Amino acid sequence: MTTIMNNLLYGTFIFYFVSAIVFIVVATNTKKRSQRWGKIAVTLGIAGVVIHIGFMITRIVIGGHFPTSNMFEFIAFLCFALVVAFIVIFAIYRSYVLGAFVMPLAVVLLAYAAVFPRDIQPLIPALQSHWLYIHVTTAALGQGAFAVAFVAGLIYLIYQVGSGAKQKHAKYLEMTLVVMVMFLGFSIASLLFQTFGYQASFTHQIEDNQIVEEYHLPPIVAPNDSKAVEVSSFLGFKGPLFETPSWMKGEHAASKFNSVIWGIVVGLILYAIYRLIIRKNLYQLLYPLVKKLDPELLDEISYRGIAIGYPLFTLGALIFAMIWANEAWGRPWGWDPKETWAFITWMFYSAYLHLRLSRGWVGMKSAWLAVGGFVIIMVNLIVINLVISGLHSYA
Amino acid sequence: MIENTKCECGHNNPIGTVLCEHCGRPLDEGYSNEKLDKEMRYEGKARRSLTYQSSIIDQVWNFFSSVKIAIVLIVITLIMSGIGTIFPQEQFIPSSSPNTYYEQTYGTLGKWFYQLGFSDMYSTWWFATMMSMIGISLVVCSLDRVIPLYRALKNQKVTKSTVFIERQRISVQQAVSEGENTNQIDELAEKLSSKRYHVRKEKDALLAEKGRFSRWGPYINHIGLIIFLVGILLRYLPGWNLDDYVWVQEGQTVRVPQTQYYVKNEGSTVEYYKETEKSQKGPVVRKYRTKAVLYEKNGSGKLIPVTQKSILVNDPLDYQGLKLYQSDFRAGDLTGLNLSIMDRKTNQNLGVFSVDLSNITSSQIYKVGNLQVKIKDYYPDFAIENNVPVTKSQDPNRPAFLFETMEKNQPKGENSLVISGMDFPNPETNKYNIQLAGFDMVNTAGLMVRIEKSLYIYLFGGIVSMFGLVMGFYWQHRRVWVRIVDGKLYMGAHTNKNWFALRRELSQIGFSHLVKETEK
Repeated sequence: MTTIMNNLLYGTFIFYFVSAIVFIVVATNTKKRSQRWGKIAVTLGIAGVVIHIGFMITRIVIGGHFPTSNMFEFIAFLCFALVVAFIVIFAIYRSYVLGAFVMPLAVVLLAYAAVFPRDIQPLIPALQSHWLYIHVTTAALGQGAFAVAFVAGLIYLIYQVGSGAKQKHAKYLEMTLVVMVMFLGFSIASLLFQTFGYQASFTHQIEDNQIVEEYHLPPIVAPNDSKAVEVSSFLGFKGPLFETPSWMKGEHAASKFNSVIWGIVVGLILYAIYRLIIRKNLYQLLYPLVKKLDPELLDEISYRGIAIGYPLFTLGALIFAMIWANEAWGRPWGWDPKETWAFITWMFYSAYLHLRLSRGWVGMKSAWLAVGGFVIIMVNLIVINLVISGLHSYA
Repeated sequence: MIENTKCECGHNNPIGTVLCEHCGRPLDEGYSNEKLDKEMRYEGKARRSLTYQSSIIDQVWNFFSSVKIAIVLIVITLIMSGIGTIFPQEQFIPSSSPNTYYEQTYGTLGKWFYQLGFSDMYSTWWFATMMSMIGISLVVCSLDRVIPLYRALKNQKVTKSTVFIERQRISVQQAVSEGENTNQIDELAEKLSSKRYHVRKEKDALLAEKGRFSRWGPYINHIGLIIFLVGILLRYLPGWNLDDYVWVQEGQTVRVPQTQYYVKNEGSTVEYYKETEKSQKGPVVRKYRTKAVLYEKNGSGKLIPVTQKSILVNDPLDYQGLKLYQSDFRAGDLTGLNLSIMDRKTNQNLGVFSVDLSNITSSQIYKVGNLQVKIKDYYPDFAIENNVPVTKSQDPNRPAFLFETMEKNQPKGENSLVISGMDFPNPETNKYNIQLAGFDMVNTAGLMVRIEKSLYIYLFGGIVSMFGLVMGFYWQHRRVWVRIVDGKLYMGAHTNKNWFALRRELSQIGFSHLVKETEK
């Protein structure tokens, strides 16, 4: 059964991956037959979703609970939500180019998910509730729609900057893209080290407990005040170069911080190599993919993504969250960091909607806000789990 | 502001009107298309905030009716909330003295964080002020807009000025042959009806409309939010909100703080996942369970059981809004000691007696065979300071006793000191030796005690909000105006969002050139 589950996961990955490639081919191809290839790309994407559902079902059968209980499961589900939201929006707008950006993002997300421990963990008492999947899935579906809005906004920016109309924004757009390369770089590095079975571990004190911190990437940074237990050598590098500051208190904060550093380093290396080979900005590389699009339509797709996501997010991340929090912790709202950031996300998108609908912020401003909203979601997903220990201590 | 509000069509409009209420003609030809597009949101009606600006009430009203102000309030609140998460809030820190904790742990930044009030920001007056201002803004913004909008949409005229139709974002003009007028209108009316538009016709003009209710979505959402905020305000009424905590040992009955109820713990257990019991990382808890009975004290001071439940995490006891949550669990609290008495000469065990730590009095006499034992002194947390025995706390961490053992009919007995975990040398002259024979241990449940009477108000507000959001975001209000004047057909269309879909819809009824090349 576990083998089936793992194969379904690999299958999902492969289907998303191939779908992404076909979407990119369609976007670059101008000939008539691209219509047919476009259909193939969508079909592959939908097949990926079906296999993904199969993966989740087998995981439910094995683990006895819905797979949204740790970091791997949540990010994998976020990837699922992204693809589902894309398919819904594709059904309305039939934009293949959108797929050429969304599907690669889905692939990176799934790869990023796979970096976290994949074993099925038994549910601690606080998570034993139907709300685990009702709350988490609804919130994630909303975030998936926001992510599609982000992608459409990004394409809009690439279009406007690439066409030379908005040169002032070029620097910031390029920076945004480089951050995405860092994600990619981190996922690739982690998966490579995982494949080769890299191991390192440290012991340190947290309050009165002796904690063993496991690393799957060579330690650039060690836990605060720690002793190395074992550190495999990587190209002669034995590390660590320095220790985490003492205020990083999240669970596994040190190894996560180490991962972030790796992401930045690998991302910058990848970007440097890219710049050496192709002497163009990333957005200039991507511009040919999008230059035939109608910017007004992109703007509307981005808004539509948020319009679809906002009610879902409100329901999942606020209302259902409050109902569950009231049942599990005895209060509907407690300003736990994760809760606060869900609130911030919601307030941000509320501001977006009012700016757009009432102040007429469309086009560039709206696109940047869509990007900003996704950044907040990522902050909530990564930084909050890294730096702060809260009640939502996934993984 | 426009001085002359009388339209060419002869209609007298209230001051502040942008588009004539009757025919839709812009009252000032100089308005740009963007301005008109924006005004279509409220149908170009006069809004109170744009009409009256003199008195203080007007100015306050105008301040809160501004969406710009609302957005500023939202942005300030979200930035403050973000700052509040840089370091943990006071309720999450492992220390009871935040005034020193933040500086010690986080340095200067931590000190500022504490001094500026961010360490407990969600209950500060300024955060509450921000939330109230957002609440007021919600009410005023909504009223300022929804009333004129409602009036405008209720009294829509079918025949609109051609200027109004021409200046819509989607607009088409076609030549129509003589005498075809009625046919054209009828044909379009039928096609629009088949697209589920609600069509009204007049001579040479039609108005097709659908999804008008979606225009009320934002306002219904705002009503929901207001109800929710009122729920938060009501929490401050006496008796509406209770947040307390109680530890109950197995077998104990204790008063539920701040209520007239008592709770008895009939057993607290912890269960582990079998498969994890031998794992390296230690066992994973499957269930914390407390069997609790809730009592109410009646007039004569007797405890009457009112309800009972096996409390689990995620499954609290709920009695008329009073809720008890399984929140903490402590295993192996010491409640009693078993002691045995030995005859020192013969080394014979003379018997065992048990001491209940929660009930120790100097008059209590423990009988063992022919012997009587009295507790002369009890140190729950024994230590020696300056050669004097003391107790460090009232928790039985290291209980010690000074016993007096008396033989029958003897007025005076011998003293012996017994310290748990230590073999204390009592005088050689003692005939008897008292030794620890065992512990009585129980589990203790930490129960959170909560009353939150606003819950149903929150829930109701949330449901109303969701209705509004779904109405507003998953439907849209589309309108099509057609008018034929002097052999020319004017068609204009407006939607509050999703223009792409409206263009596609119109292309399907014969205006195919409305769909741009890239969208096909």
